[in-house]
Amino acid sequence: MTTLTISRALNEGLRKAMENDPKVLIMGEDVGKLGGVFRVTDGLAKDFGEDRVIDTPLAESGIVGTAIGLALRGYRPICEIQFDGFVYPAFDQIVSQLAKMAYRSLGKVKLPVVVRIPFGGGIGAVEHHSESPEALFAHTPGLRVVACGDPQDAYAMIQQAVNCDDPVIFFEPKRRYWDKSEVDIAGGLAAAPPIDAARTLVTGDDVTVLCYGPMVRTCIESAAAAAGEDTSVEVIDLRSLSPLDLTTIFTSVRKTGRCVIVHEAPVTGGLGAEIAARITQECFYSLEAPVLRVGGYSIPYPPSRMEEHYLPDLDRVLDAVDRSLSY
Amino acid sequence: MAVNAAGQAASRPRSQDGPDFKPELIQLLTPEGERAEHPDYPLELTAEEIKALYRDLVLVRRIDFEAIALQRQGELGIWASLLGQEAAQVGSGRALQPRDMAFPTYREHGVAWCRGLDPAKLLELFRGVSHGGWDPKAHNIHLYTIVIGAQTLHATGYAMGIQRDGALGEDGEAVIAYFGDGATSQGDVNEAFIWASVNNAPIVFFCQNNQWAISEPLDRQTRIPLYLRAQGFGFPGLRVDGNDVFACLAVTRKALQAAREGQGPTLIEAYTYRMGAHTTTDDPTRYRLSAELESWKLKDPIERVKQYLIRSGLAKEDFFAEISAEADVIGDRVRKACLQMPDRDPLTMFDHIYQEPSPLLAEERAQLASYLSSFAGHADSLAKEGTR
Repeated sequence: MTTLTISRALNEGLRKAMENDPKVLIMGEDVGKLGGVFRVTDGLAKDFGEDRVIDTPLAESGIVGTAIGLALRGYRPICEIQFDGFVYPAFDQIVSQLAKMAYRSLGKVKLPVVVRIPFGGGIGAVEHHSESPEALFAHTPGLRVVACGDPQDAYAMIQQAVNCDDPVIFFEPKRRYWDKSEVDIAGGLAAAPPIDAARTLVTGDDVTVLCYGPMVRTCIESAAAAAGEDTSVEVIDLRSLSPLDLTTIFTSVRKTGRCVIVHEAPVTGGLGAEIAARITQECFYSLEAPVLRVGGYSIPYPPSRMEEHYLPDLDRVLDAVDRSLSY
Repeated sequence: MAVNAAGQAASRPRSQDGPDFKPELIQLLTPEGERAEHPDYPLELTAEEIKALYRDLVLVRRIDFEAIALQRQGELGIWASLLGQEAAQVGSGRALQPRDMAFPTYREHGVAWCRGLDPAKLLELFRGVSHGGWDPKAHNIHLYTIVIGAQTLHATGYAMGIQRDGALGEDGEAVIAYFGDGATSQGDVNEAFIWASVNNAPIVFFCQNNQWAISEPLDRQTRIPLYLRAQGFGFPGLRVDGNDVFACLAVTRKALQAAREGQGPTLIEAYTYRMGAHTTTDDPTRYRLSAELESWKLKDPIERVKQYLIRSGLAKEDFFAEISAEADVIGDRVRKACLQMPDRDPLTMFDHIYQEPSPLLAEERAQLASYLSSFAGHADSLAKEGTR
């Protein structure tokens, strides 16, 4: 086992993917010599050359659009979008082209493109640097949408995403890039859970808490705090946001009878709404309380000196757990 | 590395300009402070006007310097320095008439200064108190736009509005859109060129080519000098010494006048250099050589004006001391404004989403208020602490 940050674990995963398959390319703004603004691609241009780690012109639509062309030619491009709020110029290429090519071609064309997006707030940034646009992509059929929450998943899931023949939107928890923990680099991917499986990180009986990305650590800490007050919280990292691992979700909710869904994105029209509807439909007779959501308010991401009041934190998760238990 | 038939690496462009091509650089003041003439850009400036330009240059550099220091001390979240680009911004900014409209990126602190915007408004954005928040109409400078190139389309649409208002003519209005070399790769910028061209819109596209888009040098964005692109879109383009405040003033003034008189758009490529990091979070030592920086230091936009003022006997040491003292006062004022800037009540984050009250937002606002008050007594201190 090696201790790595999420940023470094992604770097090691990308390195492995590039070593395993000469068709794997990295493309994006500042991914070459600089190694990306979060250093996720650090050293890769030096080791694999500028033909495989491409500093692109400053145009996100171009990054994804040309990645599609490279994929048509047999390559497996990994696009880096520098910040969440910069993905929108590429939205048309992702939604109308990347997501629909397999369907349009009746399966004759596959586009194994990964679009990496650092997402979420909490870093004191200016506008457009703290957003959580995952629901927009989860709402788009044809895309797989995943989020890693810790270094081990970062290392394994980025490789699984590259190996996947579907387009994958890969969300990275920006404010957790420098969180460290153990990663099994020697073990390979065989031991890793499938990319579309949720993972139960804390086992509990009273309330199920569903989360992903940057909220994983927050929810684990919330579960620990709740345990101190004799509340047993089960924490599930969804990992795959589309498709959802509903079996794992339903099994847990049927056990606990209560569920809190936590994400940074605004709750209105968010992923939590979809999950809550599914749970209500499938676990109705097991529920002891309505499914509750903790997330961003229905506003644009606020200026950074207010973001602490916008972002879900330990207290807000515990507050929702308490409210769920009060029914 | 893959190599093509011509023996070149697949990912590298062919030579940018061709062996014989030498782009013209319009210059009215050399780096040594010598006055130069250009037949198309005669410029008559009084001693007072030159001194005023010098003052602008020094003061905006000082504001920038103070903001960097404030960021280092944790008072700003981030800062995008204009160091090295003062002449491009002051020259073009002072070419504007009060009625003209400017659409900046997030680095146009010198333009903002020329428009009369209080520098404290800029700090509000970079401190994270607001996303900008100033009224674009108050000084005819639009809000800073962070998404690269998006404002060029807004500027073009605004210019189309001027046409429809019949506000063209000798005393008419014009628009200036600022953007950088990196932005020229964006679809939005190219679409703005097309819109402006086919509509003959009264707009000046002012590209500050500072050679770097974060870590990417110019050859990642273009194979030809950027100003030559204008020709393909159907309007004139020119390259000006972006470190020469006289030339920037003259070419922008002329392009704006052409625009307001109905002659359509111009692309100005102000050839300059980003002397600092992209922002305070960037580390340029990872990707560029210090020799390049040193060579650009010799072309400093402020020093050449100072040399000119001294040589031509227009100013003596007491003038420079006076400006330097004024810079200290302004630096101090900016610092105080930053340190005394109140955080906003967290509940104001629900304001200004829609023009009319929204029941959903009212409910969420009430939820947050109730949640904050549940910390009995802590709510006030939470609000004061902000996010740090």
